[in-house]
Amino acid sequence: MSAPLLSVRGLTARFRAGGREVTAVDDVSFDVGEGEVLGLVGESGSGKSVTLRSLLRLLPSGARVEGQALWQGRDLVAMPDARLRRVRGGAISMIFQEPMTALNPVLPVRVQIEESLRAHTALDRAGRRARARELLDLVGIPDAARRLDEYPHQFSGGMRQRAMIAIALASEPRLLLADEPTTALDVTIQDQILKLILDLKDRLGMSVVLVTHDLGVVAETCSRMAVMYAGRIVEQGGVREVFASPRHAYTLGLLGSVPRAGTERSALRSIEGTPPGLAAIPPGCAFNPRCAFATTVCREVRPDLSPRTPGHLAACHHSDRVAQASLAA
Amino acid sequence: MTEAILTAEGVSKDFPLPRSLSDRLAGRPARAVHALSGVTLEVRRGETLGIVGESGCGKSTLARCLVRLHEVDGGRVTYGGTDVATLTGAERRAFNRRVQMIFQDPYGSLNPRMTVRQILAEALSVHRMVPTARIPDRIAELLALVRLPSDAADRHPHAFSGGQRQRIGIARALSVEPEVLVADELVSALDVSVQAQVVNLLLELQERLRLTVVFVAHDLRLVRHISHRVAVMYLGKVVEVAPTATLFDDPRHPYTQALLHAAPSLDPGSRSRRAAARGELPSPIAPPPGCPFNTRCPHAFDRCPAEVPFLTSRGPDHVAACHLAAPRFESAR
Repeated sequence: MSAPLLSVRGLTARFRAGGREVTAVDDVSFDVGEGEVLGLVGESGSGKSVTLRSLLRLLPSGARVEGQALWQGRDLVAMPDARLRRVRGGAISMIFQEPMTALNPVLPVRVQIEESLRAHTALDRAGRRARARELLDLVGIPDAARRLDEYPHQFSGGMRQRAMIAIALASEPRLLLADEPTTALDVTIQDQILKLILDLKDRLGMSVVLVTHDLGVVAETCSRMAVMYAGRIVEQGGVREVFASPRHAYTLGLLGSVPRAGTERSALRSIEGTPPGLAAIPPGCAFNPRCAFATTVCREVRPDLSPRTPGHLAACHHSDRVAQASLAA
Repeated sequence: MTEAILTAEGVSKDFPLPRSLSDRLAGRPARAVHALSGVTLEVRRGETLGIVGESGCGKSTLARCLVRLHEVDGGRVTYGGTDVATLTGAERRAFNRRVQMIFQDPYGSLNPRMTVRQILAEALSVHRMVPTARIPDRIAELLALVRLPSDAADRHPHAFSGGQRQRIGIARALSVEPEVLVADELVSALDVSVQAQVVNLLLELQERLRLTVVFVAHDLRLVRHISHRVAVMYLGKVVEVAPTATLFDDPRHPYTQALLHAAPSLDPGSRSRRAAARGELPSPIAPPPGCPFNTRCPHAFDRCPAEVPFLTSRGPDHVAACHLAAPRFESAR
C-alpha cells in the first residue's frame, strides 16, 4: 500500500465518569489508505464512535486524548485548536447518525451549506449559491433549487441525511468520517445512502471511515475493517478475509450471532453474557469472560494486535484455534 | 393445514391528526394517518408468523390491533373464530391472558419501582394463575425458563442489562401461560451478540411451550431466521404473504424484491453498486391511489395508480398484491 492518508497510532481517549476516569478508547492504531473505505465495527460502548470523534476533537470537555493521528505530515492530536478548525469540516468532514440533531433546525439548508463553503473555499457569494445547488444535485435531492430554501424539518429522514452529506462535501474533503450514517434509516433508504456514499467516494476521490454496528453494512461497503471490543481493536484486515476466516473469538461470535440463509430456526451461535461496562473492563483479554476459547493466559495477559497472515491482524491468544473453529463452522 | 387461531379480516385503523382552527375555518377536510387499510391475515396455531416492513407500514399498529390494544376502525380481529371487539368481562380477560404482547422497549415496559418478583407476582395474581402460596415457586420456575439467575427476583429493572430486561418481559408474558405471543421489535434495541441469545431463547420456548408467535420486525435476516411464514407490509397494506423459503427465494411483489435486495447481505462477494429502490416512502397521511408502491415501482403501468391490486394466489400458500403475475427485479435507474 502506498503511504496512508491517515495514520493513527496508540490513540487513547479517557473520560471522567462518576468521579473516576474511564478509558473509552485504548491504544487504537489503524491506517486509512487513499480511496479506501475502512469499516469500524462493534457493539454499543465498544469505542468506535469515540475513536472517530477523538480524531477531530469532537469529545465533551474533560476528555483526554493521547496518541498520534498523522494527517499529511501533521499530528491531529497535538495540533493547535485554530489549525484543527481548518482541517475539521475542511479536508476531513464528518457525518452523523441523526441528521435532525446535527443540522440546525432554524436555518434553511442553503445557509448551512453556504456556511461551510464560506469557511473552507474561496468562492464569492454568487459562486457559493451556485455551488450549494450543485451539491444538492450531487447528493440526489430532486428539485434542488426550491429545496435549498427549506428547513431541515421539511425534509424526510433520508433527504436530511443527503443534505448533511452535501454540507460535508462542500469543502471537497479528502476523508469522510461517517458515524452510523444509516442506522436511523429504513432499509431501502439505507441502501440508497450507502450507494450514494460509495458513488461520491469514487467521483470525488475521497477515503471513508464508516462506523457501524451492522456487519451487513460492512460486507456491502467496506474494503477493510477493524472490529472493536471494550475500547480496543481486536481484529483488523480485508473484509473478505475477516468474514471468511475470523481470527478473534469475538469476531467469530459476532458473525455467528447474525442469522444466515440456510440455517432457519436453528440456534444461533450466540455469545454468552454482555459487553463489559467501561468502568469494569476485565483484566487480560477483555473478552475472556464471554469467550469459549479462554484459558488462564487470557485472564492474565492482554494480547497484542499482531499480524496473523499478511494484512490480517488479531489480538487473541488462541487465534489459530479460532481460525480452525471458523473453518469447521 | 393447521387452523387459524388469530385473524385480521379487512382491518383498517386511522389515527386522526389534530385539526387547527384555521383548517376548520378554511373548511379543509380532517386528515388522518391511515395506518392500516384493509389488512387480511391469519395466524395459524403453532407457527411463527413474521411481519416485516419499513417505518410507517403499519406493522406495529397491526400487532396492537391483534392484541386489542387498539380498537379497529374497520373490519375485525377474531380469536378462535370470535370477534375480539365483542368480548367483555371474563371473556375479555381470558383473551388478554391468552394473547400476550412483548414490547420493543424493555426500559419503558417494566415498572421501574417494582422488583422483578412484584412484576411477575402481579401478573400471576391478576389472572389467578396459581394459588398464592405457589407464587414464589412459580416465579423461580419462570426465571429459570428465561435463564435469569434466581437472585434476579428481588432486583429492580434498572439493575439489568437490555437483554436481561427483555427476558423479564418474556417471563412476564409467559407467566400467564398464553397461547399467542405478539412480539413487536423484540430484539431491535439490543446489541447483535445479545440479540442472538434472545432469539435462541424464543425459538426454544416456542418448541417447549407450543406457542404461536407473531414476530414483528424490520430486520429481514431475523424474520427469515425465526418465521415459518412471512407477511410483507407497505403503507398500511399486506403486499405479500408466503412460507419463508418461498418468500425469500421467489418474491413476487416488486416491493418485496426491492426490500430483499436493499438489505445488506453478509457476503462481501455479492455487492451491487445500484440502489434497489428509488424514491422515498410516501406519507401514510396521503397514500398514493391504487397500488401503494406505484410511485416507486419500476414496473408501474397505467393500471397501478388507478386500481388497488388485491392479494391473489402465486402458488401454494403464496399470495401477492400486484397486477403483474411474476415481475422480475430491477434495480433503481
